[in-house]
Amino acid sequence: MTLPTLSRANVAALAFIVAMTAGLLAAPLFLKTYGVYLLSLWALNTVAAIGLNLTLGYAGQISLGQAAFLGIGAYAVAILMKAGVSFWLGLPAGVLLAFAVGLALGFPALRVQHHYLAFATLGFNALVFLVIRNEEWLTGGNFGIRVARPELLGHSLRSGIDYYHVCLAVLAVTALLVWLLLRSPWGRAFACLRDNPIRAESLGIDVRSYTLLAFAIGAACAGVAGAFLAPLVNFIDPSPFGLVPSIYLLLMVIIGGPGRFFGPFLGAAIVTLLPEWLRVADVWYLVIFGIFVVALMAFCPGGLLAVPEKVAAMRAARRSARGSAAGQAGARP
Amino acid sequence: MQEILQVTISGLATGAIYAMVAMGFTLLWQTTSTINFAQGEFVMLPAFLMLGGIVVLDLPLAVAFVGALLISAALLGAAFKRAIIDPMIRHGVLPLAIATIGLTLALKNGVKAIYGAEAHPFPHPFPVEIWRVLGVAFSSYDIAVIASVAAVVFALNRFLNGTMTGRSMQAVAQNPEAAVVLGIDVKRLILYTFVVNAALAAAAALLVTPVYLFKFDLGESLGLKAFYAAIIGGFNQMRGALVGGLIVGVLENLSAVYFAPAYKDAVALGLFVLVILFRPEGLLGREEARRV
Repeated sequence: MTLPTLSRANVAALAFIVAMTAGLLAAPLFLKTYGVYLLSLWALNTVAAIGLNLTLGYAGQISLGQAAFLGIGAYAVAILMKAGVSFWLGLPAGVLLAFAVGLALGFPALRVQHHYLAFATLGFNALVFLVIRNEEWLTGGNFGIRVARPELLGHSLRSGIDYYHVCLAVLAVTALLVWLLLRSPWGRAFACLRDNPIRAESLGIDVRSYTLLAFAIGAACAGVAGAFLAPLVNFIDPSPFGLVPSIYLLLMVIIGGPGRFFGPFLGAAIVTLLPEWLRVADVWYLVIFGIFVVALMAFCPGGLLAVPEKVAAMRAARRSARGSAAGQAGARP
Repeated sequence: MQEILQVTISGLATGAIYAMVAMGFTLLWQTTSTINFAQGEFVMLPAFLMLGGIVVLDLPLAVAFVGALLISAALLGAAFKRAIIDPMIRHGVLPLAIATIGLTLALKNGVKAIYGAEAHPFPHPFPVEIWRVLGVAFSSYDIAVIASVAAVVFALNRFLNGTMTGRSMQAVAQNPEAAVVLGIDVKRLILYTFVVNAALAAAAALLVTPVYLFKFDLGESLGLKAFYAAIIGGFNQMRGALVGGLIVGVLENLSAVYFAPAYKDAVALGLFVLVILFRPEGLLGREEARRV
């Protein structure tokens, strides 16, 4: 693999990553326990959203079942830990399970396009929720399961800040792996798939198997996030794995900018952190949020990260319009 | 045997309501490729308006229904199309679908903010009695629901096949370009389909709310079932939506009684998966050509 050349964009991205990492590492100095918890939650939501971005942003398919995969990861870890298995063995089990279920669900759903996957995943999420709620012998139903924080190399992760660092590390590793994936020839086929699926097909890219793998890898990312979510909250019940959390995960990707690497980071921040700062708006917050989503789709469907480009394009268009108007005025005798 | 008949009849009543919501859904899909995730909320909002008319303004149900129907047609039909569909349709299917998800959030939480999260009773538009015929017990309400939906479907069918406007609407749904060439005012007819969809949803609200009780998330499962019904029957066919709705309603009810009540809501999903595996165009659907 060749190293990326140091173009201006790369330098800017690198500077941004360094600044963000420094900010995230310094943040606990200024935050109380709840703030650190929220940032940990943000990191894990971002991991799940990065996975969804593969499905939505690169393979162009709407998936409304990401929270179900989160639940599969979380419950796999919780059930195995309850049976006395170590977290670090439960983690790969949960991730593999999410990946396998992703393949099994994606296979029928991806036979057909767009709305079918959306509804298949929506229904799948409803089914997983029903199983978690009804199968009390396995999942504890609405009573949930208590989950202890794991140990790492003999060091307990009970403190909020220690676990926050673990969540950040999980985010960093996932982001790096996905970045490497997207830079590989395989990932480039992905981008081609997004930009023009029919051309991709005619170039010999097997659209279905690529989309399916994108979907299953996205599901595995959610499995990772879920596996770390259970010990973060110390307790899991069905509520964070229903349809509404899936919709929020989808909106994280959409708001940030589908198909953009940093889109999920921004989107997860807006969906996870903003409601906490806007507590004053109370019940009306989600109404405003819904209207914001509609407005974003109307004016800039590429998400918030596409806004600067959009503004630049609008300026250029205005300038050229003014220029041609001036030119016409000048040409007049 | 008698029990199966009873369960089937009440399943048909539920299915008839799914079918009505699903038909509106396919109408929007046919004319504008809109996947309306807010379809369930299009049922919830008129129910909320009716309840407002009854509780706050002390109106009789019939008057409240007509009022809610008109407001729905204006707001969820015409205004929805003008303010959300028209500016977004050029961006493609995905942003439009996401925008309707945003709309769902706004509508659901708006009603929750105003009216709270509790379930509220809703008056029955028809009498509820138990009729016994040859040892089989029917609920008069179920029969009335089936009859009302049948009447609506008949009227809609007459309108679509028997009037110039209706036939033009079908032309627009089947081939918008050809419709323009034939001098049909496509924009106005698309607007009509949105108004018809809103009206169907309002009628469904009148029938379903007394059974489910009113709650801000009334539309959640209803919208989902309607999607499944539409896809099972055939996404590009009104008949398909009707058949799909009835099948989902009946099988759901049968499985609730004879199989696993806790998994009743998974029946539609199971059928849906079978359909997309073995007959992706739906039971009555035609295959859609893919455009390059």
